[in-house]
Amino acid sequence: MNATLGKPRPGFTGYVTEESHHDYAGDTVFGFWVYILSDCILFATLFAVYAVIGTNYVGSTDALELFDLGFVLGETALLLLSSFTFGMAMLEANKSNMKGLIGWLGATFVLGLAFLVMEVYEFVHFTQEGAAAWDSGAWSAFYALIGTHGLHVFAGMIWMIVLVIMILKEGLTGDNRTRLMCLSLFWHFLDIIWICVFSFVYLMRFV
Amino acid sequence: MASKHTVVTDPDPIFGKLTWDSFPYHDPILVTTFIVVIIGSIGIIGSILYFGKLKYLWKEWITSVDHKKIGIMYILVAFIMLLRGFSDALLMRSQQAIAVASESGAGYLPPEHYDQIFTAHGVIMIFFVAMPFIVGLMNIVVPLQIGARDVAFPFLNSLSFWLFVAGALLLNISLFVGEFAATGWLAYPPLSGLEYSPWVGVDYWLWALQISGIGTLLTGVNFVVTILRMRAPGMTLMKMPVFTWTSFCANVLIVAAFPILTVTITLLTLDRYLGTHFFTGDMGGNQMMYVNLIWAWGHPEVYILILPAFGIFSEITATFSRKRLFGYTSLVWATAAIMILSFIVWLHHFFTMGAGASVNAFFGIATMIISIPTGVKLFNWLFTMYKGKVEYSSPMWWTVAFFLTFAIGGMTGVMLAIPAANFVLHNSLFLVAHFHNVIIGGALFGYFAGLTYWFPKATGFKLDEKLGKWACGFWTVGFFVAFMPLYILGFMGMTRRLNYYDNPTWNFWLLVAGAGALIVLVGILIQFYQIFASIRDQRKNRDRTGDPWNARTLEWSTSSPPPFYNFALLPEVRDRDHWHDMKQLGLAYKKPEQYHRIHMPKNTWAGIVISGFLLVFGFAMVWHIWWMAIAGFVGMLASWIIYAFERKKDYYVEINEVEAVEAKRYQRLERAKQLAEEAERDADKATTISV
Repeated sequence: MNATLGKPRPGFTGYVTEESHHDYAGDTVFGFWVYILSDCILFATLFAVYAVIGTNYVGSTDALELFDLGFVLGETALLLLSSFTFGMAMLEANKSNMKGLIGWLGATFVLGLAFLVMEVYEFVHFTQEGAAAWDSGAWSAFYALIGTHGLHVFAGMIWMIVLVIMILKEGLTGDNRTRLMCLSLFWHFLDIIWICVFSFVYLMRFV
Repeated sequence: MASKHTVVTDPDPIFGKLTWDSFPYHDPILVTTFIVVIIGSIGIIGSILYFGKLKYLWKEWITSVDHKKIGIMYILVAFIMLLRGFSDALLMRSQQAIAVASESGAGYLPPEHYDQIFTAHGVIMIFFVAMPFIVGLMNIVVPLQIGARDVAFPFLNSLSFWLFVAGALLLNISLFVGEFAATGWLAYPPLSGLEYSPWVGVDYWLWALQISGIGTLLTGVNFVVTILRMRAPGMTLMKMPVFTWTSFCANVLIVAAFPILTVTITLLTLDRYLGTHFFTGDMGGNQMMYVNLIWAWGHPEVYILILPAFGIFSEITATFSRKRLFGYTSLVWATAAIMILSFIVWLHHFFTMGAGASVNAFFGIATMIISIPTGVKLFNWLFTMYKGKVEYSSPMWWTVAFFLTFAIGGMTGVMLAIPAANFVLHNSLFLVAHFHNVIIGGALFGYFAGLTYWFPKATGFKLDEKLGKWACGFWTVGFFVAFMPLYILGFMGMTRRLNYYDNPTWNFWLLVAGAGALIVLVGILIQFYQIFASIRDQRKNRDRTGDPWNARTLEWSTSSPPPFYNFALLPEVRDRDHWHDMKQLGLAYKKPEQYHRIHMPKNTWAGIVISGFLLVFGFAMVWHIWWMAIAGFVGMLASWIIYAFERKKDYYVEINEVEAVEAKRYQRLERAKQLAEEAERDADKATTISV
């Protein structure tokens, strides 16, 4: 007899007689949340670096001379819109409408690509204007933060291609729905990071 | 040790910075080591092929996703790396023992070699011994303690392990191709910048840590999910065994701290490869930002290492005092408190930065506050032993050795936490003595205790008790002889990392410390012999019941070694000392009426292949061989995608197979019962005769 707990309920054997159905998809999605948490800290560190050395221009071109808020607004609009289209894709997936899903994912991909093209254009332009990553600490921090975000978007797009091929091959299986859910989390997460970038890196310079 | 003239500033398109000069063929120590390693490798690979074991290794170990096997492999690699890290320690101790200014010169190691040795020693001991050791123990134990069949993501677990191996291999390659960092284990800039470390040493450091660090991060995610979502029915959070709790906190710390390491070393990489200015002395870089960032990861890392060790001591103290752990709740809360506090003390590693009195005061006080929950734990263990029937088995030896050693290390830590005192003691051998005091006397003794305690669970037989006690004795005595002199030397003003000194009064204590290192060496040799002898005599120490220590927690309810599915039927828990509860209720070892099909993950090639490509990538990046770097990266990505397209990554173990495995277990239990009865009869006979 256990002194602290007393008698067990009748029929207690110490093991489960029925093999329960474990929620593997739930594990995956939860695990992906934990991964996103770690990614948050990754970005937080980059933001902190930017906060420390983000204005050390030491003779390189000042961001105020280069930042074009209209241009960045365009980038932001593309990315926010891509979050919306991904949301639509998820709604179609819930309705098991393959055509709609692929269509909206295609739109998301195009928007993401347009965003990346703009970002690369901006990088090239800045580099030519005396604001390359190696020109000063400020620009190093700028490229590291925004470049890391850009790489994430790029990775998300590769993932999207792979996943669309999977869905076309196999249909909307349970596993593919889980993958779609994770990619969707990832994509919206990148949007939130971008809003922080837009606010702290670009807007703050004009305050 | 290649000299600076081999630095290639204009890399070749095919070979990058790699030239014939990159190979240290003019250094007799390294050439001899290289020959020994080659002969050893040929011997091992040859015997694997000769005995036709390659297929077995591939099927049963290399591609395995079984958490128990992955755990064993982690600990195996940790022991191999311990040999290298400890060789470095012996080299340093012998150098310092003779490197006093005299006519005979200053030791036998030139400065650039000595600097690489102390760097390699630190990096290896923390990243490639302590980390894999504790991750290995967590792998073996945690799923068993929570009544799970595997971790949440078995493939990621295999990938984590092989990424860690890739990092370890990259570090070891640096011994024979090029050089290793000569910067100290955390590679502070500007020393680690391109100007002062122009060749490949720091690059090896960067890529070895980056690759194995990603593996660790994946482990963290994996275990957080495993512990939160895969516990047996009935096991609420406050019914989790303490080791699972402390492992959980350690893994939360991994998830929260390792991204900072990833970013920090990436930024240093960018400084070295692209000429950015994060940590440079000019152009708007900030060197102290590096030191802040690396310790914002580094201090939590200390607790990643020590918290699980605290859990191990808790399990062992309760088991061998034959009592419920005293103050479980307070111990869990103390662990959680340390987990959080570990993030607000990092600045105590560099009080001398000049952050000002108020900042230093904050971090000094925060550091001292950590000693309160830590002290709570010590009292938990002592009160568990109080009025217990304490059995001094070898795990308990390590535990008691830890109490004594760690208390001293903790107190010198509080001394160092006083900013004013720290200004005197920092960068001295006092500091070196302190952190060895807590890492050896705290973390490492814990791992050895845990290894001894769970060895029978993982393998099916105990380690030799007598040899274990001898090993513990030599380790403990050796530790004190080796490190107490360093406290004294610190007070005498000796700074760390000295290749040469001209103060003859230090020499005596350095000789004592050298002797201590040799005593530790005896301890390590006994441990190796202990493992060898225990495998040889395994019949004698066989654990047929699965519960060789009369222990309390869930992992002891299954057989030793557990079947690959861990539990034929998942446990239902109503007490945190589940197995003790079962024994009390008379439900232990009861054969269930019926089994079920069991869902299990399949082995996979992907872990080792992905990591192999990343190893190629890392090596190519070190040597600026761009085509190979691209090939390695693309190979990594392609194999990951191919793996993603694979289907049927799991299967069902059918009922008859489960029945066959379990039938064997009940045969062993029967045999154990017989043996116990025979032993009892013999004992009775002996008493009758003597009466």
